[in-house]
Amino acid sequence: MKLTDVPQQADALYEGETKLVYAVNESGKLQGAATSGWEAEIIALKDAVDELSQQAQQAYERVLAGVSSPLEYHMYANRMDLPMLAHAMGRFQWQVKRHFNPQRFAKLSEKTRQAYASVLGISVAQLNHLPDLCSQGTTP
Amino acid sequence: MSVKLDYQHQQAAHCETGAVSSLFRYYGLDVSEPMAFGLASGLTFAYLPFVKINGLPLMAYRMPPKFILRMLSWRIKGLKIGFKRFSQPQQGQDFVEQKLREGHLVGLQTSVYFLPYFPKEMRFHFNAHNLLVYGYETHKQDTQFLISDPVFSHPVTTDAEHLNQARFAKGALAPKGLAYWFERVPSEIDYDTLLPKAIRFTGKVNGRKNFTLIAGTGGMRRVAKRIERLEQDSPRFRQLFLGHIVRMQEEIGTGGAGFRYMYAAFLQEAAEKLNRTELAQWAQAFIEIGDEWREFALLCARMSKNRGDHSLQEVADALIALSKKEEALYEQLARFR
Repeated sequence: MKLTDVPQQADALYEGETKLVYAVNESGKLQGAATSGWEAEIIALKDAVDELSQQAQQAYERVLAGVSSPLEYHMYANRMDLPMLAHAMGRFQWQVKRHFNPQRFAKLSEKTRQAYASVLGISVAQLNHLPDLCSQGTTP
Repeated sequence: MSVKLDYQHQQAAHCETGAVSSLFRYYGLDVSEPMAFGLASGLTFAYLPFVKINGLPLMAYRMPPKFILRMLSWRIKGLKIGFKRFSQPQQGQDFVEQKLREGHLVGLQTSVYFLPYFPKEMRFHFNAHNLLVYGYETHKQDTQFLISDPVFSHPVTTDAEHLNQARFAKGALAPKGLAYWFERVPSEIDYDTLLPKAIRFTGKVNGRKNFTLIAGTGGMRRVAKRIERLEQDSPRFRQLFLGHIVRMQEEIGTGGAGFRYMYAAFLQEAAEKLNRTELAQWAQAFIEIGDEWREFALLCARMSKNRGDHSLQEVADALIALSKKEEALYEQLARFR
Protein backbone atom coordinates (compact mmCIF):
# COMPACT_ATOMS: atom_id res chain seq x y z
CA MET A 1 0.00 0.00 0.00
CA LYS A 2 1.40 3.37 -1.02
CA LEU A 3 1.12 6.44 1.22
CA THR A 4 -1.19 8.04 -1.34
CA ASP A 5 -3.47 4.96 -1.26
CA VAL A 6 -4.09 5.07 2.50
CA PRO A 7 -7.90 5.07 2.71
CA GLN A 8 -9.56 8.11 4.31
CA GLN A 9 -13.22 7.08 4.36
CA ALA A 10 -14.23 8.68 7.64
CA ASP A 11 -17.38 7.36 9.24
CA ALA A 12 -19.48 8.56 12.18
CA LEU A 13 -18.70 5.22 13.89
CA TYR A 14 -15.17 6.35 14.62
CA GLU A 15 -16.18 9.70 16.18
CA GLY A 16 -13.31 11.46 14.42
CA GLU A 17 -10.55 9.20 15.77
CA THR A 18 -7.81 8.02 13.44
CA LYS A 19 -5.71 4.88 13.32
CA LEU A 20 -2.15 4.24 12.26
CA VAL A 21 -1.29 1.96 9.34
CA TYR A 22 2.05 1.35 7.67
CA ALA A 23 2.40 2.45 4.06
CA VAL A 24 5.20 2.77 1.50
CA ASN A 25 6.59 6.27 0.84
CA GLU A 26 8.27 7.58 -2.36
CA SER A 27 11.66 6.11 -1.44
CA GLY A 28 10.19 2.63 -0.95
CA LYS A 29 10.36 2.72 2.86
CA LEU A 30 7.43 1.90 5.10
CA GLN A 31 6.24 4.57 7.48
CA GLY A 32 3.28 5.14 9.76
CA ALA A 33 0.32 7.05 8.32
CA ALA A 34 -2.98 8.05 9.89
CA THR A 35 -6.16 6.65 8.35
CA SER A 36 -9.67 7.81 9.17
CA GLY A 37 -11.34 4.59 8.00
CA TRP A 38 -11.64 1.97 5.28
CA GLU A 39 -14.70 0.72 3.44
CA ALA A 40 -14.04 -2.98 4.22
CA GLU A 41 -13.57 -2.35 7.94
CA ILE A 42 -16.63 -0.14 8.19
CA ILE A 43 -18.86 -2.75 6.52
CA ALA A 44 -17.57 -5.43 8.89
CA LEU A 45 -17.89 -3.30 12.01
CA LYS A 46 -21.42 -2.19 11.09
CA ASP A 47 -22.44 -5.83 10.56
CA ALA A 48 -21.09 -6.83 13.96
CA VAL A 49 -22.75 -3.91 15.77
CA ASP A 50 -25.98 -4.54 13.87
CA GLU A 51 -26.01 -8.24 14.82
CA LEU A 52 -25.66 -7.40 18.52
CA SER A 53 -28.41 -4.80 18.47
CA GLN A 54 -30.70 -7.25 16.64
CA GLN A 55 -30.10 -9.85 19.33
CA ALA A 56 -30.79 -7.22 22.00
CA GLN A 57 -34.00 -6.20 20.22
CA GLN A 58 -35.20 -9.82 20.03
CA ALA A 59 -34.40 -10.35 23.71
CA TYR A 60 -36.28 -7.12 24.52
CA GLU A 61 -39.39 -8.48 22.85
CA ARG A 62 -39.05 -11.82 24.63
CA VAL A 63 -38.84 -10.02 27.99
CA LEU A 64 -41.93 -7.97 27.14
CA ALA A 65 -43.72 -11.19 26.24
CA GLY A 66 -42.79 -12.56 29.67
CA VAL A 67 -40.72 -15.51 28.44
CA SER A 68 -37.34 -14.12 29.44
CA SER A 69 -35.81 -11.98 32.18
CA PRO A 70 -34.26 -8.50 31.79
CA LEU A 71 -30.88 -10.19 32.33
CA GLU A 72 -30.95 -11.60 28.80
CA TYR A 73 -31.69 -8.20 27.31
CA HIS A 74 -28.93 -6.49 29.31
CA MET A 75 -26.48 -9.21 28.32
CA TYR A 76 -26.93 -8.45 24.61
CA ALA A 77 -27.32 -4.70 25.11
CA ASN A 78 -23.95 -4.68 26.84
CA ARG A 79 -22.36 -6.64 23.99
CA MET A 80 -21.98 -9.98 25.66
CA ASP A 81 -23.25 -13.43 24.85
CA LEU A 82 -23.98 -16.48 27.01
CA PRO A 83 -20.48 -18.05 27.01
CA MET A 84 -18.91 -14.67 27.73
CA LEU A 85 -21.30 -13.80 30.56
CA ALA A 86 -20.95 -17.25 32.13
CA HIS A 87 -17.16 -17.01 31.95
CA ALA A 88 -17.15 -13.53 33.49
CA MET A 89 -19.48 -14.71 36.27
CA GLY A 90 -17.46 -17.86 36.92
CA ARG A 91 -20.56 -20.00 36.44
CA PHE A 92 -21.68 -22.63 33.98
CA GLN A 93 -23.70 -21.56 30.99
CA TRP A 94 -26.73 -23.56 32.12
CA GLN A 95 -26.66 -21.75 35.46
CA VAL A 96 -26.74 -18.35 33.78
CA LYS A 97 -29.35 -19.58 31.32
CA ARG A 98 -31.64 -20.52 34.23
CA HIS A 99 -31.61 -16.88 35.28
CA PHE A 100 -33.21 -15.97 31.96
CA ASN A 101 -36.34 -17.47 33.46
CA PRO A 102 -38.41 -14.52 34.84
CA GLN A 103 -39.58 -16.45 37.94
CA ARG A 104 -36.05 -17.54 38.85
CA PHE A 105 -34.70 -14.07 38.08
CA ALA A 106 -37.21 -12.56 40.51
CA LYS A 107 -35.88 -14.80 43.27
CA LEU A 108 -32.22 -13.93 42.73
CA SER A 109 -30.32 -12.69 45.77
CA GLU A 110 -29.04 -9.13 45.98
CA LYS A 111 -25.48 -10.48 45.88
CA THR A 112 -25.99 -12.33 42.60
CA ARG A 113 -27.69 -9.31 41.08
CA GLN A 114 -24.76 -7.16 42.15
CA ALA A 115 -22.34 -9.60 40.51
CA TYR A 116 -24.28 -9.54 37.23
CA ALA A 117 -24.54 -5.76 37.33
CA SER A 118 -20.83 -5.22 37.89
CA VAL A 119 -19.87 -7.66 35.15
CA LEU A 120 -22.20 -5.91 32.74
CA GLY A 121 -21.07 -2.45 33.86
CA ILE A 122 -24.54 -1.26 34.93
CA SER A 123 -26.29 -0.65 38.24
CA VAL A 124 -28.55 -3.18 39.98
CA ALA A 125 -31.52 -0.85 39.46
CA GLN A 126 -30.83 -0.86 35.72
CA LEU A 127 -30.44 -4.63 35.70
CA ASN A 128 -33.83 -5.26 37.31
CA HIS A 129 -35.84 -3.47 34.64
CA LEU A 130 -35.99 -3.00 30.92
CA PRO A 131 -35.12 0.49 29.75
CA ASP A 132 -37.98 2.42 28.17
CA LEU A 133 -36.76 2.32 24.58
CA CYS A 134 -39.78 4.02 23.04
CA SER A 135 -39.48 7.25 25.01
CA GLN A 136 -35.74 7.46 24.35
CA GLY A 137 -36.38 7.03 20.65
CA THR A 138 -33.33 4.83 20.21
CA THR A 139 -32.82 1.19 19.45
CA PRO A 140 -30.63 -0.67 21.93
CA MET B 1 -1.47 15.49 44.78
CA SER B 2 -0.47 15.14 41.20
CA VAL B 3 2.30 13.55 39.18
CA LYS B 4 3.10 14.06 35.54
CA LEU B 5 6.05 12.30 33.93
CA ASP B 6 8.10 13.98 31.26
CA TYR B 7 6.71 11.86 28.46
CA GLN B 8 5.67 12.51 24.88
CA HIS B 9 2.72 10.55 23.48
CA GLN B 10 3.16 8.84 20.14
CA GLN B 11 0.53 7.03 18.10
CA ALA B 12 1.14 3.41 17.20
CA ALA B 13 -0.73 0.85 15.13
CA HIS B 14 -1.01 -1.86 17.77
CA CYS B 15 -1.50 -1.53 21.50
CA GLU B 16 1.09 -3.97 22.87
CA THR B 17 3.97 -3.16 20.51
CA GLY B 18 3.11 0.53 20.78
CA ALA B 19 3.22 0.39 24.58
CA VAL B 20 6.58 -1.41 24.56
CA SER B 21 8.05 0.97 22.02
CA SER B 22 6.91 3.98 24.10
CA LEU B 23 8.38 2.43 27.25
CA PHE B 24 11.72 2.01 25.49
CA ARG B 25 11.57 5.60 24.26
CA TYR B 26 10.86 6.87 27.78
CA TYR B 27 13.98 5.11 29.05
CA GLY B 28 16.11 6.54 26.25
CA LEU B 29 16.31 3.58 23.85
CA ASP B 30 15.15 4.07 20.29
CA VAL B 31 13.14 0.94 19.49
CA SER B 32 10.43 1.58 16.92
CA GLU B 33 7.09 -0.23 16.99
CA PRO B 34 7.91 -2.55 14.04
CA MET B 35 11.30 -3.30 15.62
CA ALA B 36 9.67 -4.31 18.90
CA PHE B 37 7.18 -6.45 16.98
CA GLY B 38 9.85 -8.20 14.90
CA LEU B 39 12.33 -8.66 17.76
CA ALA B 40 9.63 -10.45 19.73
CA SER B 41 8.72 -12.59 16.68
CA GLY B 42 5.13 -11.45 16.99
CA LEU B 43 3.99 -12.36 13.49
CA THR B 44 1.84 -15.44 12.98
CA PHE B 45 -1.55 -16.67 11.92
CA ALA B 46 -3.77 -18.76 14.14
CA TYR B 47 -7.25 -20.16 13.71
CA LEU B 48 -8.90 -21.34 16.90
CA PRO B 49 -12.32 -22.78 16.00
CA PHE B 50 -12.94 -23.85 19.60
CA VAL B 51 -12.61 -20.30 20.99
CA LYS B 52 -15.78 -18.44 20.07
CA ILE B 53 -16.34 -14.67 20.12
CA ASN B 54 -20.03 -13.94 19.78
CA GLY B 55 -20.36 -17.35 18.15
CA LEU B 56 -17.53 -16.81 15.67
CA PRO B 57 -14.16 -18.60 15.80
CA LEU B 58 -11.11 -16.67 16.93
CA MET B 59 -8.56 -15.76 14.26
CA ALA B 60 -5.33 -14.05 15.18
CA TYR B 61 -2.62 -12.54 13.04
CA ARG B 62 -0.11 -12.24 15.84
CA MET B 63 1.08 -14.11 18.92
CA PRO B 64 -1.20 -14.18 21.99
CA PRO B 65 -1.42 -11.13 24.30
CA LYS B 66 1.59 -10.50 26.57
CA PHE B 67 3.75 -12.75 24.33
CA ILE B 68 5.61 -9.72 23.00
CA LEU B 69 6.35 -8.34 26.47
CA ARG B 70 7.56 -11.70 27.78
CA MET B 71 9.58 -12.50 24.67
CA LEU B 72 11.39 -9.15 24.77
CA SER B 73 12.05 -9.47 28.48
CA TRP B 74 13.52 -12.93 27.85
CA ARG B 75 15.49 -12.18 24.68
CA ILE B 76 17.04 -8.79 25.38
CA LYS B 77 19.90 -9.08 27.83
CA GLY B 78 19.66 -6.61 30.69
CA LEU B 79 15.97 -5.84 30.17
CA LYS B 80 13.75 -6.76 33.08
CA ILE B 81 10.03 -6.13 32.97
CA GLY B 82 8.16 -6.27 36.26
CA PHE B 83 4.62 -7.69 36.26
CA LYS B 84 2.10 -7.44 39.07
CA ARG B 85 -1.52 -8.51 39.40
CA PHE B 86 -3.93 -7.52 42.15
CA SER B 87 -7.00 -8.89 43.87
CA GLN B 88 -8.36 -5.51 45.05
CA PRO B 89 -8.91 -2.53 42.73
CA GLN B 90 -7.78 -0.09 45.42
CA GLN B 91 -4.46 -1.91 45.81
CA GLY B 92 -3.96 -1.81 42.07
CA GLN B 93 -4.66 1.91 41.93
CA ASP B 94 -2.34 2.69 44.86
CA PHE B 95 0.42 0.66 43.27
CA VAL B 96 0.19 2.55 39.98
CA GLU B 97 0.25 5.90 41.82
CA GLN B 98 3.30 4.80 43.81
CA LYS B 99 5.17 3.63 40.68
CA LEU B 100 4.41 6.97 39.01
CA ARG B 101 5.77 8.85 42.02
CA GLU B 102 8.95 6.77 41.69
CA GLY B 103 9.18 8.03 38.12
CA HIS B 104 8.17 4.83 36.29
CA LEU B 105 5.96 4.81 33.24
CA VAL B 106 3.37 2.10 33.93
CA GLY B 107 1.69 -0.18 31.42
CA LEU B 108 -1.75 -1.64 32.18
CA GLN B 109 -3.84 -4.44 30.75
CA THR B 110 -7.45 -3.32 30.39
CA SER B 111 -10.80 -4.14 28.85
CA VAL B 112 -11.72 -1.91 25.93
CA TYR B 113 -15.39 -1.99 26.88
CA PHE B 114 -15.02 0.09 30.04
CA LEU B 115 -12.73 2.79 28.66
CA PRO B 116 -14.92 5.88 28.23
CA TYR B 117 -12.71 7.62 25.68
CA PHE B 118 -13.20 4.87 23.08
CA PRO B 119 -15.81 5.62 20.42
CA LYS B 120 -19.05 3.93 21.50
CA GLU B 121 -19.28 1.55 18.56
CA MET B 122 -15.68 0.44 18.97
CA ARG B 123 -16.19 -0.78 22.53
CA PHE B 124 -16.26 -4.56 22.73
CA HIS B 125 -15.43 -6.95 25.55
CA PHE B 126 -11.80 -7.42 24.63
CA ASN B 127 -9.76 -7.82 27.80
CA ALA B 128 -6.20 -7.56 26.53
CA HIS B 129 -5.87 -3.93 25.56
CA ASN B 130 -2.63 -2.25 26.65
CA LEU B 131 -2.22 1.37 27.64
CA LEU B 132 0.32 3.49 29.46
CA VAL B 133 -0.26 5.76 32.45
CA TYR B 134 2.06 8.75 32.66
CA GLY B 135 0.50 10.73 35.49
CA TYR B 136 -2.45 11.41 37.78
CA GLU B 137 -4.19 14.32 39.43
CA THR B 138 -6.14 14.09 42.67
CA HIS B 139 -8.59 16.74 43.78
CA LYS B 140 -10.29 15.78 47.04
CA GLN B 141 -11.67 12.29 46.36
CA ASP B 142 -11.55 12.46 42.60
CA THR B 143 -8.53 11.01 40.80
CA GLN B 144 -7.94 11.49 37.09
CA PHE B 145 -5.33 9.39 35.31
CA LEU B 146 -3.31 10.75 32.41
CA ILE B 147 -3.29 7.99 29.83
CA SER B 148 -1.28 7.49 26.70
CA ASP B 149 -3.29 4.94 24.72
CA PRO B 150 -0.95 3.73 21.96
CA VAL B 151 -3.65 3.41 19.30
CA PHE B 152 -4.98 6.95 19.79
CA SER B 153 -3.57 10.01 18.06
CA HIS B 154 -3.72 12.07 21.27
CA PRO B 155 -3.29 11.50 25.02
CA VAL B 156 -6.49 11.05 27.06
CA THR B 157 -7.64 11.20 30.67
CA THR B 158 -9.86 8.75 32.55
CA ASP B 159 -11.25 8.83 36.08
CA ALA B 160 -10.10 6.19 38.56
CA GLU B 161 -13.49 4.47 38.71
CA HIS B 162 -13.66 3.70 34.99
CA LEU B 163 -10.02 2.72 34.84
CA ASN B 164 -10.44 0.30 37.75
CA GLN B 165 -13.48 -1.19 36.07
CA ALA B 166 -11.43 -1.70 32.89
CA ARG B 167 -8.46 -3.14 34.78
CA PHE B 168 -10.55 -5.56 36.81
CA ALA B 169 -12.96 -6.70 34.12
CA LYS B 170 -13.82 -10.38 34.29
CA GLY B 171 -14.01 -13.09 31.65
CA ALA B 172 -11.62 -14.52 29.08
CA LEU B 173 -8.08 -13.10 29.38
CA ALA B 174 -9.15 -11.25 32.53
CA PRO B 175 -6.47 -8.63 33.24
CA LYS B 176 -6.73 -8.91 37.05
CA GLY B 177 -5.32 -5.42 37.31
CA LEU B 178 -2.06 -6.38 35.57
CA ALA B 179 0.50 -3.57 35.70
CA TYR B 180 3.98 -3.73 34.17
CA TRP B 181 7.01 -1.49 34.13
CA PHE B 182 10.66 -1.65 33.12
CA GLU B 183 12.79 -2.57 36.15
CA ARG B 184 16.13 -2.66 34.36
CA VAL B 185 16.93 -1.30 30.94
CA PRO B 186 20.13 -2.10 29.01
CA SER B 187 22.19 0.75 27.56
CA GLU B 188 22.05 -0.85 24.13
CA ILE B 189 20.57 -3.83 22.33
CA ASP B 190 22.72 -6.47 20.64
CA TYR B 191 20.94 -6.49 17.28
CA ASP B 192 23.60 -8.60 15.53
CA THR B 193 22.70 -11.73 17.46
CA LEU B 194 19.05 -11.00 18.26
CA LEU B 195 17.75 -10.14 14.79
CA PRO B 196 18.71 -13.43 13.03
CA LYS B 197 17.33 -15.38 15.97
CA ALA B 198 14.02 -13.52 15.91
CA ILE B 199 13.68 -13.84 12.13
CA ARG B 200 14.44 -17.57 12.16
CA PHE B 201 11.90 -18.09 14.92
CA THR B 202 9.15 -16.42 12.88
CA GLY B 203 10.07 -18.58 9.88
CA LYS B 204 9.99 -21.80 11.89
CA VAL B 205 6.83 -21.07 13.80
CA ASN B 206 4.78 -20.22 10.72
CA GLY B 207 6.34 -22.30 7.97
CA ARG B 208 6.43 -25.99 7.15
CA LYS B 209 8.13 -26.84 10.45
CA ASN B 210 4.92 -26.09 12.29
CA PHE B 211 2.92 -29.28 11.97
CA THR B 212 -0.14 -28.11 13.93
CA LEU B 213 -3.21 -27.55 11.80
CA ILE B 214 -4.29 -24.31 13.40
CA ALA B 215 -1.21 -22.11 13.49
CA GLY B 216 0.92 -20.62 10.74
CA THR B 217 0.14 -21.25 7.08
CA GLY B 218 -1.66 -24.46 8.02
CA GLY B 219 -4.20 -22.33 9.88
CA MET B 220 -4.73 -20.22 6.78
CA ARG B 221 -5.50 -23.30 4.69
CA ARG B 222 -7.93 -24.46 7.35
CA VAL B 223 -9.77 -21.12 7.26
CA ALA B 224 -9.90 -21.44 3.46
CA LYS B 225 -11.60 -24.84 3.83
CA ARG B 226 -14.06 -23.36 6.31
CA ILE B 227 -14.86 -20.57 3.84
CA GLU B 228 -15.66 -23.18 1.17
CA ARG B 229 -18.03 -24.85 3.61
CA LEU B 230 -19.83 -21.54 4.28
CA GLU B 231 -21.95 -22.51 1.26
CA GLN B 232 -23.98 -24.74 3.61
CA ASP B 233 -24.47 -22.08 6.29
CA SER B 234 -27.19 -19.47 6.51
CA PRO B 235 -26.59 -16.23 4.55
CA ARG B 236 -26.54 -14.32 7.84
CA PHE B 237 -23.79 -16.51 9.31
CA ARG B 238 -21.84 -16.27 6.05
CA GLN B 239 -22.02 -12.48 6.21
CA LEU B 240 -20.93 -12.36 9.85
CA PHE B 241 -18.11 -14.88 9.35
CA LEU B 242 -16.60 -12.96 6.43
CA GLY B 243 -16.98 -9.68 8.29
CA HIS B 244 -15.33 -11.27 11.30
CA ILE B 245 -12.22 -12.13 9.25
CA VAL B 246 -11.96 -8.51 8.13
CA ARG B 247 -12.32 -7.22 11.68
CA MET B 248 -9.67 -9.57 13.05
CA GLN B 249 -7.33 -8.55 10.24
CA GLU B 250 -7.82 -4.80 10.10
CA GLU B 251 -9.85 -3.28 12.89
CA ILE B 252 -8.01 -4.53 15.93
CA GLY B 253 -4.97 -2.28 15.46
CA THR B 254 -2.79 -4.32 13.15
CA GLY B 255 -1.12 -1.55 11.13
CA GLY B 256 -2.86 -2.83 8.01
CA ALA B 257 -3.05 -6.30 6.42
CA GLY B 258 -2.92 -8.19 9.72
CA PHE B 259 0.59 -7.04 10.79
CA ARG B 260 2.16 -7.96 7.41
CA TYR B 261 3.04 -4.32 6.69
CA MET B 262 4.44 -3.90 10.17
CA TYR B 263 6.62 -6.96 9.72
CA ALA B 264 7.84 -5.61 6.38
CA ALA B 265 8.80 -2.37 8.15
CA PHE B 266 10.72 -4.46 10.68
CA LEU B 267 12.58 -6.32 7.91
CA GLN B 268 13.52 -3.00 6.29
CA GLU B 269 14.96 -1.76 9.57
CA ALA B 270 16.76 -5.04 10.14
CA ALA B 271 18.24 -4.88 6.61
CA GLU B 272 19.77 -1.51 7.46
CA LYS B 273 21.06 -2.64 10.85
CA LEU B 274 22.65 -5.86 9.58
CA ASN B 275 23.43 -4.57 6.09
CA ARG B 276 21.94 -7.62 4.37
CA THR B 277 20.22 -7.19 1.02
CA GLU B 278 18.06 -10.33 1.25
CA LEU B 279 16.19 -8.82 4.19
CA ALA B 280 15.20 -5.85 2.04
CA GLN B 281 13.96 -8.26 -0.65
CA TRP B 282 11.88 -10.16 1.89
CA ALA B 283 10.49 -6.85 3.15
CA GLN B 284 9.37 -6.12 -0.42
CA ALA B 285 7.80 -9.59 -0.62
CA PHE B 286 5.89 -8.93 2.63
CA ILE B 287 4.63 -5.60 1.28
CA GLU B 288 3.24 -7.42 -1.77
CA ILE B 289 1.72 -10.12 0.44
CA GLY B 290 0.21 -7.35 2.58
CA ASP B 291 -1.36 -5.79 -0.51
CA GLU B 292 -2.94 -9.16 -1.30
CA TRP B 293 -4.27 -9.46 2.26
CA ARG B 294 -5.90 -6.04 1.82
CA GLU B 295 -7.50 -7.22 -1.43
CA PHE B 296 -8.62 -10.37 0.33
CA ALA B 297 -10.26 -8.29 3.08
CA LEU B 298 -12.01 -6.15 0.48
CA LEU B 299 -13.19 -9.31 -1.27
CA CYS B 300 -14.58 -10.66 2.03
CA ALA B 301 -16.37 -7.37 2.72
CA ARG B 302 -17.87 -7.21 -0.81
CA MET B 303 -18.88 -10.86 -0.61
CA SER B 304 -20.61 -10.33 2.74
CA LYS B 305 -22.56 -7.43 1.25
CA ASN B 306 -23.28 -9.37 -1.97
CA ARG B 307 -21.64 -6.61 -3.96
CA GLY B 308 -20.04 -7.46 -7.29
CA ASP B 309 -19.88 -10.90 -8.81
CA HIS B 310 -17.76 -12.99 -6.44
CA SER B 311 -18.01 -16.53 -5.17
CA LEU B 312 -16.91 -18.17 -1.93
CA GLN B 313 -14.54 -20.34 -3.95
CA GLU B 314 -12.79 -17.18 -5.12
CA VAL B 315 -12.32 -16.02 -1.52
CA ALA B 316 -10.99 -19.41 -0.43
CA ASP B 317 -8.62 -19.58 -3.41
CA ALA B 318 -7.25 -16.13 -2.58
CA LEU B 319 -6.43 -17.35 0.93
CA ILE B 320 -4.81 -20.56 -0.37
CA ALA B 321 -2.66 -18.50 -2.75
CA LEU B 322 -1.62 -16.30 0.18
CA SER B 323 -0.72 -19.29 2.33
CA LYS B 324 1.51 -20.68 -0.45
CA LYS B 325 3.31 -17.37 -0.90
CA GLU B 326 3.81 -16.92 2.84
CA GLU B 327 5.02 -20.48 3.27
CA ALA B 328 7.73 -20.05 0.63
CA LEU B 329 8.83 -16.87 2.37
CA TYR B 330 8.84 -18.41 5.85
CA GLU B 331 11.04 -21.25 4.57
CA GLN B 332 13.62 -18.65 3.57
CA LEU B 333 13.30 -16.82 6.90
CA ALA B 334 13.81 -20.07 8.82
CA ARG B 335 17.20 -20.55 7.14
CA PHE B 336 18.46 -17.02 7.77
CA ARG B 337 21.92 -16.98 9.35
